[in-house]
Amino acid sequence: MEIPYIVETRADTGLNNSKLGIWLFLASEVMLFGALFSTYIILRVGAPEWPHGELSVLFGTINTVILISSSVTMVMAWASLKMNEWAKHRMYLIVTILLASVFLVNKFFEYAEHVGKGELPSHDTFFAIYFTLTGLHGLHIVGGIVVMLYLLGPGAKLHKKNPEMFTNRIEATGLYWHFVDLVWIFLFPVLYLL
Amino acid sequence: MDNVTTHGSVAPGHAHDHAHDAHDDHHTELGFWRKYVFSVDHKVIGIQYAVTGLIFLLFGFTLMMIMRWQLAYPGRPIPLIGAWLGQDRAPMGIMLPEFYNQLGAMHGTIMVFLGVVPLAVGGFGNFVMPLQIGAPDMAFPKLNMVSYWVYFLGGVTMLASFFPTGGAAQSGWTSYPPLAVIAPGQTMWLVGMIFLITSSLLGSVNFIVTIVQLRAKGLTWMRLPFFVWAQLVTAFLLLLAFPPLEAAGVLQLMDRVAGTSFFMPSGLVVSGKPMMISGNGNPLLWQHLFWFLAHPEVYVLILPAFGIISEIIANNTRKPLWGYKTLVYAVVFLGFMSFVVWAHHMFMTGMGTTMSAFFQTTTMIISIPSVIVLTALLLSLWGASIRFNVPMLFALAFLPMFAIGGLTGLPLGLAPSDIHLHDTYYVIGHFHYVVAPGTIFALFGGVYYWFPKATGRQMNAALGYIHFWTSFICINLVFMPMFIQGLGGMNRRMYDGGAQYAHNAGLLKWNIVIGMAAWTLGLCQLPFIYNFFASIKWGKPVDKNPWEATTLEWSAPSPPGHGNFLTEPVVYRGPYEYSVPGAAKDFSPQFEA
Repeated sequence: MEIPYIVETRADTGLNNSKLGIWLFLASEVMLFGALFSTYIILRVGAPEWPHGELSVLFGTINTVILISSSVTMVMAWASLKMNEWAKHRMYLIVTILLASVFLVNKFFEYAEHVGKGELPSHDTFFAIYFTLTGLHGLHIVGGIVVMLYLLGPGAKLHKKNPEMFTNRIEATGLYWHFVDLVWIFLFPVLYLL
Repeated sequence: MDNVTTHGSVAPGHAHDHAHDAHDDHHTELGFWRKYVFSVDHKVIGIQYAVTGLIFLLFGFTLMMIMRWQLAYPGRPIPLIGAWLGQDRAPMGIMLPEFYNQLGAMHGTIMVFLGVVPLAVGGFGNFVMPLQIGAPDMAFPKLNMVSYWVYFLGGVTMLASFFPTGGAAQSGWTSYPPLAVIAPGQTMWLVGMIFLITSSLLGSVNFIVTIVQLRAKGLTWMRLPFFVWAQLVTAFLLLLAFPPLEAAGVLQLMDRVAGTSFFMPSGLVVSGKPMMISGNGNPLLWQHLFWFLAHPEVYVLILPAFGIISEIIANNTRKPLWGYKTLVYAVVFLGFMSFVVWAHHMFMTGMGTTMSAFFQTTTMIISIPSVIVLTALLLSLWGASIRFNVPMLFALAFLPMFAIGGLTGLPLGLAPSDIHLHDTYYVIGHFHYVVAPGTIFALFGGVYYWFPKATGRQMNAALGYIHFWTSFICINLVFMPMFIQGLGGMNRRMYDGGAQYAHNAGLLKWNIVIGMAAWTLGLCQLPFIYNFFASIKWGKPVDKNPWEATTLEWSAPSPPGHGNFLTEPVVYRGPYEYSVPGAAKDFSPQFEA
């Protein structure tokens, strides 16, 4: 017997295995970041004072725009696959990876500036939570880039063998990518603006 | 139930049984490494988990046997192994307080995260669940393999943490800051925990997808064996409760490595010196994040046990489970409620009476589904002609043992009585009754019950009876006196067993009783260990369905080949149709039309 519903949808659940799997994984991610945001709230409410304007809103805004754009290109990469436009799919996937990388480069400059000023995680509670939250988020970005590079490189061979399965993989990656984007959309106001 | 007839524990084989695996022949033969080590087969992974879990249970228990010497005879050299422990642990064989603390912290960590959960979920869940739902394997076999090896790495990290200077973690398995941030050994503990949590997350996603997606034709939700329901709820608890601990672990790691102060309050003075930290952290925050996992974790420990004994009880009473649907709704409700009771571990932290009132109310509510489960299982025995084989004895013992564990929890769940009992041996007695003669007995029962399916051979019954009765007596002698000590006010985590406090004077003798019982309990496991390995080779060979059971795993060959079933299984009825009036035999399997 082979494992069923890897690609095709199970009639009574309306899902294939990987789609349910990625949603469950994202549920656990919600709990992970939920706990960290709760930590932020508790520490901030309990703090005698909370620093404002420590971060560059300009950098943050640019990175927000970059990540939202990358979510759009990710959807386009999936949609072009659905419409059987392979070249377009590759192009959009590459653009997504590039945007994600630019986000990390920006983040690196931001980190470097703070480290240069001695604003390390041990400096105060604000920088502790800033580095932890954005660091974990950054790791998620790195993870996404690794997966997308795989799907661009060796993983792309699957497209010839089983196009539907490959499309599902791109969709699952996309769902993850939107989640990472969504986390940033919470992080940006919480850390940069409020 | 007049028409119930008793059967011998092993049914004679059916003449037409094709136990030989002609089925496997058309698969390419895998090499040793791919077949037994880096296998993607859920049955091999399940056995890997189970054996590793059993070894860790023995190891964790050994740590406790060493601690018990120090408690029974404080300051006397440890016999036999004392000389090997080294100068920084036990000079001249006499245990140092730091080493005592390491043993305590690592006993808890190993038993919970490396022993019971991997055996109950990784072992039984992996091996039995796909068979019970008629699936060829888990939904994501490679992920399954990764999850085992990440668990293994976590285990190795935990074991290795004993060896660097300063030794292993020594702040209790709960790792409360600020102590945990200052004490040595904690960094490796945190890294190990991050491995274990990652493994659990991968496993839980796999379990849920498998149960939702890979149920056989005709296996509707209300035809699922109760064991599968228990595993499903457990998987949701692992999926949603573990990430906050992962977050907390990352934060504590930052506190230790990057010098942050998430859990470190301002003005902390350690050994007479003010700590050079930025401060403003919140030690209670750790407790909230920790118990947000660790209370659902209690149900992760107990639910698979419920599942295992339900299977055994239905099979050996030759009756349907009493109130199957009620059981299902009870565990689902239990799963939901387990997320809103965590702060009943924190009544003494000064978090306030409003919080205490809320959490003691939810705690009283969550006791209801537990009582429902226990009552339903107890009523399942009513009027039955019970087969007292080895798995059934363990299942029957589970009921009163879990009842003692559960009922002694009520005074702890109520804030006023908790003030007296908090942090005493009463607490130790309470949760060990739930987990040791409760869950671990259920797990032993499960090993005896599914051993024939996994190996094609029966475990020796005589050795099994010896294992059961001696363990049952000893384990009660270990934990029952703890209630007396705890009610008398003896604190836990005392290096000298509490001798330094005058009010404990009359209670110290129990430490010797507990010690003797614990070491004897260790010896009582020898028949099991021998039986386990000897039966693989010399056990009585069995057919597909030695217990005359009704669920799907018994329609597969013993042991099942790769892909599990010879033909695609189809389910025709509910899971526990025993002694159906008018049927030719006293069990009507799910897989027979």
